[in-house]
Amino acid sequence: MIHQFKLHGYSVVLDVFSGSVHLVDDLAYDVISLFETTDRAELTRRMLEKYRDDPGVTVSSLEELYADVESLRAQKKLFTEDTYENVAVDWKARKTEVKALCLHVAHTCNLNCSYCFASQGRYHGPRALMSYETGKQALDFLIAHSGKRRNLEVDFFGGEPLLNWDVCKRLVAYARSREEETGKRFRFTLTTNGVLLDDEVTEFANREMHNVVLSLDGRKETHDALRKTPSGEGSYDVIVPKFQRFVEKRGGRNYYVRGTFTHRNAAFLPDLLHMADLGFTELSMEPVVCAPGDPAALTEEDFPIVCEQYELLAAEMLRRERAGKGFHFYHYNLDLTGGPCLYKRLAGCGSGTEYLAVTPTGELYPCHQFVGEPAYRMGDVWQGVTNTALRDEFKGCSVYAREECKDCWAKLYCSGGCAANAIHASGSIRGVYEYGCRLFRKRIECALMLQVALRQPREEEVKEPV
Amino acid sequence: KRIQTIETRDLQQSLKDGGCGECQTSGVANQPCHA
Repeated sequence: MIHQFKLHGYSVVLDVFSGSVHLVDDLAYDVISLFETTDRAELTRRMLEKYRDDPGVTVSSLEELYADVESLRAQKKLFTEDTYENVAVDWKARKTEVKALCLHVAHTCNLNCSYCFASQGRYHGPRALMSYETGKQALDFLIAHSGKRRNLEVDFFGGEPLLNWDVCKRLVAYARSREEETGKRFRFTLTTNGVLLDDEVTEFANREMHNVVLSLDGRKETHDALRKTPSGEGSYDVIVPKFQRFVEKRGGRNYYVRGTFTHRNAAFLPDLLHMADLGFTELSMEPVVCAPGDPAALTEEDFPIVCEQYELLAAEMLRRERAGKGFHFYHYNLDLTGGPCLYKRLAGCGSGTEYLAVTPTGELYPCHQFVGEPAYRMGDVWQGVTNTALRDEFKGCSVYAREECKDCWAKLYCSGGCAANAIHASGSIRGVYEYGCRLFRKRIECALMLQVALRQPREEEVKEPV
Repeated sequence: KRIQTIETRDLQQSLKDGGCGECQTSGVANQPCHA
């Protein structure tokens, strides 16, 4: 299977099952699109007709191009067949090892963001803080169930984890005390709204946290409209100076300033560029996750607007990169040579198997988005995973388990998408969230175009700058 | 050239040299790999 697209003057061909990416000219683009379905004589006739004003397009140049295409096919870099379905079945039969926990250290929050999927941090339940003893048991559970995995991840999440910061620090110390004995290496991460960021938190986080996510939605008017304090005031003026100081002390690395865009700012690019103009270089801006009837929910009318924003973003990133003022956008950070292996692409996020969420009381859920839904309770950190039927359901949930993904060119990039989004959209973890799929495909096209463009000589200019 | 092939990781080859499981949980395609 191949996928072809044109964006900002770049014509790209993706060979889906080898992962090969080709930058082509217009003639090659047309030839490749017809190569499998048109006999050579007819293809030659049609190309000579279409390019009759181009002296470079001759019978001999076409035959040379056909030979190049056949050579790429022989090298398995074009028109590669899908041979991975059986691999997905074998992968499903593997032993389950846990390698990451999302620790909900605080089911409470000091902000009152209207679109919060966690219902202002409480996950539809009472306010709660995780005790040190429960967190310690969660870490012991992770070590005991991680098999031969060396790298273990623990994310401090909420709610707002800084409301239980002392427990976070004690848990880091406990995990570090067990690294040498167990041969494990813990990587801690933190997601915070920044209200309680101070010098002490900054110093500890910059020493111990592998990555930190800082929540900011963009311009002051955008951010303050939805991310308010319980008394109804905006939080932008409180957090932005803290984030700037935090990132400066962190050396500008291993963080993300992460925003949410909603129906209110479907044209999100000005908000994202505002973050860049504040000096942040590691950025993420994500579509809101909420019920379709919610005022914040993206609509069908928003879809072309959002797609245009992604395209304009790619062009602007290229322009700024060439001006020496580049920044990174999470979804465009494709590592074409050092990216994930096929097994990772089949397994996806690992929710319910490799990755589990732990509530303040020690209950286990497939991921943070399922917390608070009794049907998805998997066990607890003392007894382990007791709902093995649910675990097996998640384990079998590869991209090849979804009929809708069968003919999708992006399936080895999204790995079947988000199980929680699928549940909310279709009622099944084996369903798909079609709106999210369409946005994902646009993002991958933009990401591929950007990666191709960055590999071209500098005199190549993006054809449609912002 | 009419076709310029960009260097990428060969997914077929990754069946042989991948699968160590040490990568971060997760986007997926933008996660760095063992590599």
